Amino acid sequence: MQHRTLWTLATLLVFATAACGGGGGSDAPAAPAAPAAPAFDPATAGSVMGSITLEGTPPPAETIRMNSDPACVELASDTETEYYVVGGSGGLGNVFVYVKEGLEGRTFPAATDSVMLDQQGCRYTPHVFGVRVGQTITIRNSDATLHNIHATPLENAEFNMGQPIQGMEFERTFDSPEVMVPFKCDVHGWMNAYVGVLEHPYFAVTGADGGFDISNLPPGDYVVEAWHEELGTQTQNVTVGEGGTAELSFTFSVG
Amino acid sequence: MYWLHRYNRLLAAATLVLITAGGLVTSTGSGLAVPDWPNTYGYFMFAFPWSGMVGGILYEHGHRLIASVVGLLTIGLVAWLAASEPRRWVRRLGWIALAAVVVQGLLGGITVLYFLPPPVSISHAGLAQVFFALVVSLAIFTSAGWLARYYRTADGERRIAADGILRALAVALPAAIYVQILIGAAMRHTGAGLAIPDFPLAFGRLIPPIWDAGIAIHFAHRVGALIVTLAVLATAGHVLYHHGSRRELVGPAWLLIAVVLAQVTLGALTVLSARDVTINTAHVATGAVLLATAIVLGLRAHRDRFPDITPVGAAARERAQA
Repeated sequence: MQHRTLWTLATLLVFATAACGGGGGSDAPAAPAAPAAPAFDPATAGSVMGSITLEGTPPPAETIRMNSDPACVELASDTETEYYVVGGSGGLGNVFVYVKEGLEGRTFPAATDSVMLDQQGCRYTPHVFGVRVGQTITIRNSDATLHNIHATPLENAEFNMGQPIQGMEFERTFDSPEVMVPFKCDVHGWMNAYVGVLEHPYFAVTGADGGFDISNLPPGDYVVEAWHEELGTQTQNVTVGEGGTAELSFTFSVG
Repeated sequence: MYWLHRYNRLLAAATLVLITAGGLVTSTGSGLAVPDWPNTYGYFMFAFPWSGMVGGILYEHGHRLIASVVGLLTIGLVAWLAASEPRRWVRRLGWIALAAVVVQGLLGGITVLYFLPPPVSISHAGLAQVFFALVVSLAIFTSAGWLARYYRTADGERRIAADGILRALAVALPAAIYVQILIGAAMRHTGAGLAIPDFPLAFGRLIPPIWDAGIAIHFAHRVGALIVTLAVLATAGHVLYHHGSRRELVGPAWLLIAVVLAQVTLGALTVLSARDVTINTAHVATGAVLLATAIVLGLRAHRDRFPDITPVGAAARERAQA
């Protein structure tokens, strides 16, 4: 009777494990590449420039209580939430701006450099950033406390790794485009960051002045999207002429 | 048997602490604060430095440590039962409890390694209550009152045996509470705790005007709360009215009423406070207490159906002691 019970439980466990599927793998075969569009003459490249502004008064930044980890209290130089980074002229920072449509069929040289995501002062630096598909993200713990780095994508493989020692680094890549992939630290619930993963290099993140510049763009018609973690997304159509600069401005409203 | 019973009560208390710690893990969103298992940040779990017990790690690693204590206590219980318990079915129940706690540990590890898939996390929550129910049952089976058949006269024994309503209620109530706990676990692990943001109405109405999976689970939990409350009142009312002289039934009956009222209040406050950590965790712990109380009442109401310590078993125990 007891053995039967044990076997039943073991079988259920095996089924449960099988039903869950893999957690960290990313072994799915890549989709066949679309036929490449003709290469464009770099001399004809244009750009999209503009700014993101915020209309209205955002909620005031809140002070993060970091006392669940005394090390963070000591390490943190900035303890205010960064949901809304607003410049003097109403420019909105930490907005991810990228070409959403118009580049289909084109191929681009792979990114060879890596992007650093640092955990410093119990915050992520940068808070919002972009990478290319397959581009290396170096994740570093600069703090004298432990962090876990937990990416929660929908299209890519989720991962959750511990970095208990100061100076630890490891590298990860994302295999599919996804805007945006959230990162969080489950140890320090206030720590979060977002990365936009794209096939192409045409993206930017606004600074506190709200400005952005997407350059070296082939001439053409595009849909450009601006993403903000609290305010969602906006899209606009834009035409980039040969060697020209198209101006775009987005206005998000709050309150 | 006296010390075995005390030991069982200790294990039951430790299990309730463990369930509360588990509730704290989910209430604080710390389920993945320790990304590896069975190790903790690469350390053997008992060697993990105390200085690292910060933020979410305090809850998650603390939960694992308490679970280890409960696991060890369960091994001790099985050994104790094997050495001194004459009733084979009670010894078997100890083994089942041990199997349950082992599987529970594995489920806890699997849910961490696979990023908290709801089916595994809900199973983990559900098995926790099954294990708690087993431990509480063992505490009842080893108690002096149980062994003495609650000092009932033959007339009292017959009266309870003939009360089909009490027997049915005593089975239906723990079953209803357990189903309600499972729905609550589904709500918790699918993030539907605030799918209906107001209380007592749902989006300002009795029935939600819009539906999705989260709202359906949340609403089912509210309906379940109503059913369980009515079942508690019916059971307790029946006991108090028809068996008012039976202390072993009257105590749990009053406790059921108090606990279910506290539990409904905590449930309401969980929504109204937007899942305050303390309230939310207390809701989990109180649910376990409600289930345990219903099981105590249920077992006592069915006492006459269980065998006593047999002469054969007693002789075996004497031989073992000799």
